[in-house]
Amino acid sequence: MQGNGNEELKKKQFLSAQVDLSKFNSAQFEAATDEEKKQQDVMGESTTFFKDGMRRLRKNPLAMASIIILLLIIVTIIVAPHIVPYKYYEIISVDGVRDKSASNLAPFTYSKLETQYMKKTGEKLFPHILGTDSLSRDYFIRVIYGTRVSLSVGIVASVMVLMIGLLYGSIAGYFGGRIDLIMMRIVDIIYSLPDMLIIILLSVVLNQTLAPFIAGTVLESLGTNMISIFIVFGLLYWVSMARLIRGQILTIKNNEYVLAARCIGTKNGRILRRHILPNCLSVIIITTALQVPSAIFTESYLSFLGLGVSAPLTSLGSLANDARAGMQSYPHRLIVPAVTICLIVLALNLLGDGLRDAFDSKLN
Amino acid sequence: MGQENNYILEVKDLHTSFFTDTGEVQAVNGISFNLEAGKTLGIVGESGSGKSVTAYSIMQILAETGRITGGEVRFHGEDITKWNKKQMQKFRGAKCSIIFQDPMTSLNPVFTIGSQLTEAILLHTDNNKKQAKERAIEMLTLVGVNEPESRMKQHPHELSGGMRQRVMIAMALACEPDILIADEPTTALDVTIQAQILELMQDLQKKLGMTIIMVTHDLGVIASMCDEILVMYGGRVCERGTADAIFYHPAHEYTKGLLRSIPKADNMNEKLIPIGGTPINLLQMPEGCAFCPRCDAAMKICLKEKPQEFRVGETHIASCWMNIKELYEAQEGERV
Amino acid sequence: MSENEKYLLKVEHLKQYFPVRRGFKTIPLKAVDDISFSVKPGETLGLVGESGCGKTTVGRTLLRLYQPTAGRIVFDGDVLFDSGEQYDENGKVVLGADGKPVIGNKVDVNMLPYRKQMQMVFQDPYSSLNPRMTVEDIIGEPLDVHKLYRSRDERREKILGLMELVGLNAEHAMRYAHEFSGGQRQRIGIARALAVNPKFIVCDEPVSALDVSIQAQVVNMFEELQEKLGVAYLFIAHDLLVVHHISDRIAVMYLGKMMELADADELNENPIHPYTLSLLSAVPIPDPETARKSKRIVLEGDVPSPLNMPTGCPFRTRCRYATEQCAKEMPQLTDRGNGHFVACFNK
Repeated sequence: MQGNGNEELKKKQFLSAQVDLSKFNSAQFEAATDEEKKQQDVMGESTTFFKDGMRRLRKNPLAMASIIILLLIIVTIIVAPHIVPYKYYEIISVDGVRDKSASNLAPFTYSKLETQYMKKTGEKLFPHILGTDSLSRDYFIRVIYGTRVSLSVGIVASVMVLMIGLLYGSIAGYFGGRIDLIMMRIVDIIYSLPDMLIIILLSVVLNQTLAPFIAGTVLESLGTNMISIFIVFGLLYWVSMARLIRGQILTIKNNEYVLAARCIGTKNGRILRRHILPNCLSVIIITTALQVPSAIFTESYLSFLGLGVSAPLTSLGSLANDARAGMQSYPHRLIVPAVTICLIVLALNLLGDGLRDAFDSKLN
Repeated sequence: MGQENNYILEVKDLHTSFFTDTGEVQAVNGISFNLEAGKTLGIVGESGSGKSVTAYSIMQILAETGRITGGEVRFHGEDITKWNKKQMQKFRGAKCSIIFQDPMTSLNPVFTIGSQLTEAILLHTDNNKKQAKERAIEMLTLVGVNEPESRMKQHPHELSGGMRQRVMIAMALACEPDILIADEPTTALDVTIQAQILELMQDLQKKLGMTIIMVTHDLGVIASMCDEILVMYGGRVCERGTADAIFYHPAHEYTKGLLRSIPKADNMNEKLIPIGGTPINLLQMPEGCAFCPRCDAAMKICLKEKPQEFRVGETHIASCWMNIKELYEAQEGERV
Repeated sequence: MSENEKYLLKVEHLKQYFPVRRGFKTIPLKAVDDISFSVKPGETLGLVGESGCGKTTVGRTLLRLYQPTAGRIVFDGDVLFDSGEQYDENGKVVLGADGKPVIGNKVDVNMLPYRKQMQMVFQDPYSSLNPRMTVEDIIGEPLDVHKLYRSRDERREKILGLMELVGLNAEHAMRYAHEFSGGQRQRIGIARALAVNPKFIVCDEPVSALDVSIQAQVVNMFEELQEKLGVAYLFIAHDLLVVHHISDRIAVMYLGKMMELADADELNENPIHPYTLSLLSAVPIPDPETARKSKRIVLEGDVPSPLNMPTGCPFRTRCRYATEQCAKEMPQLTDRGNGHFVACFNK
């Protein structure tokens, strides 16, 4: 560099002792073109955050198994009622006559009347896959409907929790200061209430007060119990969601890109919509996915206590409760809904964990 | 170089890879160097050049996904990559210590400075508790912490960044290691505090006679601290030599570019000459020289063949085809 | 500072205090305490200091990302903010008969129209770009907010033009920010700031997070853009060599106060304030020969906490020349000739 000739000479001496120059030709020392250089310097495949996360999710065997199990369950509960000719509230009848012998059948057996009928007409009746219950109703279809109810309670309740929590949490987190202080103290108060007690009290009270309001509407078929469960969930469980979203927003708010947006003159609503919420989306989705099993659990628990959906509609929890009486003689009636609950909850939890591993940027 | 030498550390053809879900990342790709006792070696390079990974490989403190895949690290002639966990535990701390860029992450926030220091001393020596405490206070005094007795009772968050780095140095030196590895020790600090820490490290080296490996991206720090310099790019050695050789007779296009691109006293009113392009992507290493996509002087041979390490001075080694080109042209010139 | 010179931005007695809770009490953290300076059109003013000295706060307060505690900000002839205090020629607040400061006209304008003229480039190229947005949307956001286009095509055209201006490949418009390297991300951030065609850009440590080999690219780009567009910079950094290279004038801050302000070369060759002196000598010079020869003036001790500031001059606790007077009052910035301003009693 300094044009030190002595140094240059030394360098040449050292080099020529090591290198056999005859191996080289002048073509090798021609300058490389920009084209050639560029070929070496390629930018990686474009991946969006979502694609990247999905790729990671697909590599997680537990999460993939959970997705398959959940899909199987969902397909079954959608398709099964169209195939099975029984209704969940229907007492088995043969040829228009109530079949009194059809109660408490074992899986894949027929009652006396049914066997006679099949002999007489040669027609094959649809089997009672899980037998019947003590009121002569097909148990399989009741489990299917119970799963439908439990899953929808879980999902609807989680969505309600999500919406209330999102709205509340984002206002408190984004505006901060005094607004945040007051809003979070309200959350603390709700947090400090014993939730099971409140749920039980509210369901009892709402059960009575709601009945006249929903009479004659679609909601009636769901029963007051079911609706009160939704309301109770919505009213109580949003607090943890609100806290979580507030925390997320507080951290995201400190990112320089939010400051940059303010510097540009972007209005608050747009900053929340474009910059803050998309960045806590992964956390929101993961928490909602994990909220569903907890809602299913609580619903089952309430149903088990007899506060769940009203008869003849059923849920997995109330099925388990009903099966308690004949636990020793007909254990499958307890085992099937219990295992279904476990499968759904386990699959959702594993899926939630998988989603978190795949999408939570902090872990990557 | 005979078998009998006074090298405290010899690194031979070291390879370290990280196995991520997107594939194997060769963070260190054939690094060799020797280090004499009592000297300071600077490893300089930009992020992703493998400079920190080299240091961590020597200490064997790589992240879970990382593994040394080849080569040797000889400490006083013994290959420590073959050592078991217990031997390595003894090596770390007693023979070789490391200080990191961010002292806050390497100090435990729940314990006092004193308890962390004495624990480190107790772990590696057979001192009793009282002796260890005395030694801790002695170390804190040595690194220039004022009122060491009362500092012993403080928690890390009560200290400033510079103080914390001093405590880290005290902890690293408590067992009188032969080698101190400093991984960007002053990057997180302000200039005036950086000056204090660098001064301290030089003083301590004089007093204790230890060997220092300084990992940094700051050419200024390197110039003022180091006897020998290793320039790295893309996990490979570009050039290695004495500080003067690297700064005044650089023999690799990357080193030359780097020296051109930094503001210095003599180019204040001129435009800087930057190195173009973007830093290397270790997942997509070029076939030939790692630097060639960004090199202004790149030649056809650079695209195809990895340059070997050529000796261009007694202690100066560079892996750049440019040197061969110059030699070739000179020879051609003579023939004509 | 003679009045007849034309200033793009003039800041007078700017104060920015943040309330900090200590138990039940709220005490002010004086991040910026009574600083004045000005920026000429097309000029680069460097602002240096150690972490916690308030240099970033100055930049953000100028752009009104914080509500200033007191002072006056004038941009291009318009008063953007004025807390109304009056000052005499010694820099003391004019007090009324009741012993309280006389409060004149208060001004606090809506910043939205001025956001088109003043912009900012941020330090961390990783956190300053929204990871969920494409490059096109990031650069397009200021255009959207200020409605600077009539059609989608015009928007796209402008964005591609900006990308070309900062040396980005137009093919990358649809990529997400996280796919780029630090230097490229900083280019995206610069393009976003340039989208509204500003006259003044606050550059808040724009190169300190970048690799050495990339820093020069970005520094050069700042210089080229200034030549092309005539934009003025407030260049905040802690790297004195980079600041010296890019700046016309340099201001040195310590604990919220301005210590010295001079031409870049003048400051480097002839520093007066003891703090500037030690700051300059502490910079490691990338040259082994000079490094061996020069002796650092190593400052003793640490920067005091801004919550517990020394009285008078904040630097006196580490200053070799400190006298009793330094503890009593803060020296004013005085002109030592040639536009070289220093705030020190003893030098």
